[in-house]
Amino acid sequence: MKIIHCPINGPRPLQEFHFGGQVREMPVGSQVSDAEWADYVFNRSGEPGIQSEWWYHTPSGTWFIAERDCQSDECIRTYLYGGRESDA
Amino acid sequence: MPHRLLKFGVSKEHPEPRMFHTPAQLKDAYDVVIIGGGGHGLGAAYYLARDHGITNVAVIEKGYIGGGGTGRNTAIVRSNYLTNEGARFYQASIDLFQDLSRELDLNLFYSERGHFTLAHSPASLRTQRWRAEVNKHLGIDSEVIGPSEVKRLVPEIDLQCGGHLPSIHGALYHPPGAVARHDAVAWGYARGADRAGVEIHQQTEVTDIEMRDNAVVGVHTDKGFIKTRKVLSAVAGWTTAITPMVGLRTPLTVHPLQAAVSEPLKPWLDKIVVSASLHLYVSQSSRGELVAGASLDPYELISMRSTLDFTEGVSGHLVDLFPMLGDIKIMRQWAGLSDMTPDFSPIMGTTPIDGFYIDAGWGTWGFKATPISGKTMAATLAEDNDHELIKPFNLSRFSRWQLVGEKGAASVGH
Repeated sequence: MKIIHCPINGPRPLQEFHFGGQVREMPVGSQVSDAEWADYVFNRSGEPGIQSEWWYHTPSGTWFIAERDCQSDECIRTYLYGGRESDA
Repeated sequence: MPHRLLKFGVSKEHPEPRMFHTPAQLKDAYDVVIIGGGGHGLGAAYYLARDHGITNVAVIEKGYIGGGGTGRNTAIVRSNYLTNEGARFYQASIDLFQDLSRELDLNLFYSERGHFTLAHSPASLRTQRWRAEVNKHLGIDSEVIGPSEVKRLVPEIDLQCGGHLPSIHGALYHPPGAVARHDAVAWGYARGADRAGVEIHQQTEVTDIEMRDNAVVGVHTDKGFIKTRKVLSAVAGWTTAITPMVGLRTPLTVHPLQAAVSEPLKPWLDKIVVSASLHLYVSQSSRGELVAGASLDPYELISMRSTLDFTEGVSGHLVDLFPMLGDIKIMRQWAGLSDMTPDFSPIMGTTPIDGFYIDAGWGTWGFKATPISGKTMAATLAEDNDHELIKPFNLSRFSRWQLVGEKGAASVGH
């Protein structure tokens, strides 16, 4: 993967982006046990295959979500959180 | 082709293999199945046989032995870590390493060089001081030295780093820091284990782990099913492909870590030089090549591809530290997988699943831990109870909020 399709700026070189980790749902802290909270804080899927990730386009300050195969390093699609999609 | 050679080639009666046998096929059952034929897995097999008399063991390796992290690291051994738990553990590993060539009857080219961690800022020097004091308290040979002493010990170094980067304020100096021939460590353990009766199955891939009532009962491989009640996963960068087979969640994420060697040079660098600020560690191998590594790749990836970004970065920083290397060529580059934990300490020992043991989270510190990891995991498997040295590294530390923050780990930004 050398090019990422930013949903706002289109195809840009990888060097302009910053990886922000897997997309995860944060549980409501007051409604879960300590163990469940620890699971959220520390554990990751980490499995080979397609995962949803946060990416940041540094020059334009855009956070967006990419679906990427973390074994073949192919970006399947990118889109803004709850919004516009780029046909990557 | 000479007739004799042709006859030898087609004959089934080859002489004994040099290092270990290739068993014809898997048995139906083993006392212990070890997934992963790297230094850690083979080391565990060796100590299971030597210390605990357990020899009905199969080591299952999907590629060839020592082909993963064991053969892809930059072969540095040291124990100047920051936490009590870490420093004690890695010192026990050095103690084993120093005697390992004799123990395995194989020359591991274990070579004590002295290890420098350069400080490029007053803040970094403070951390080095902290590490030195923790180390001294635990009896580990480690001290902070000033820039003139760095220059005296490594005369080729440019303390100004080319003038465009933060200059060198001093270093943490660790005289026992060493390099070793990493594949020989895997071969030595493989041969030792093989002689004791352990079977090593290369080109065999584990496809699933069979469980009943939260206990391991067997392992499915691409060459058939094996019954066993004890499985050790010692696959480092591939751990996240194994743990879903038993429904275990871990904090591991996998990043590639890249390294390179230069063309061979006459011996000039007898020390190991590390700079966290420049994301660089370098030593000269016994063949004369400079072996240099960088920091982790910036995003998760379970692939051993290498990049031009890395080559540019590592070459540039080599020249920043040693300007005389301007005309030297990079000969080879490669990547290995680093399975990273949030606290930069490994995950070792028993798990909530009966008979499933884990040896993972080896990020950038796996090779130097090979002997002690083999020894402590063997004890853990034999007694079904975590060995004293690895108790702090149990997977359960995350749910207990008792992390072991190891900021002395290599190529980790801190």
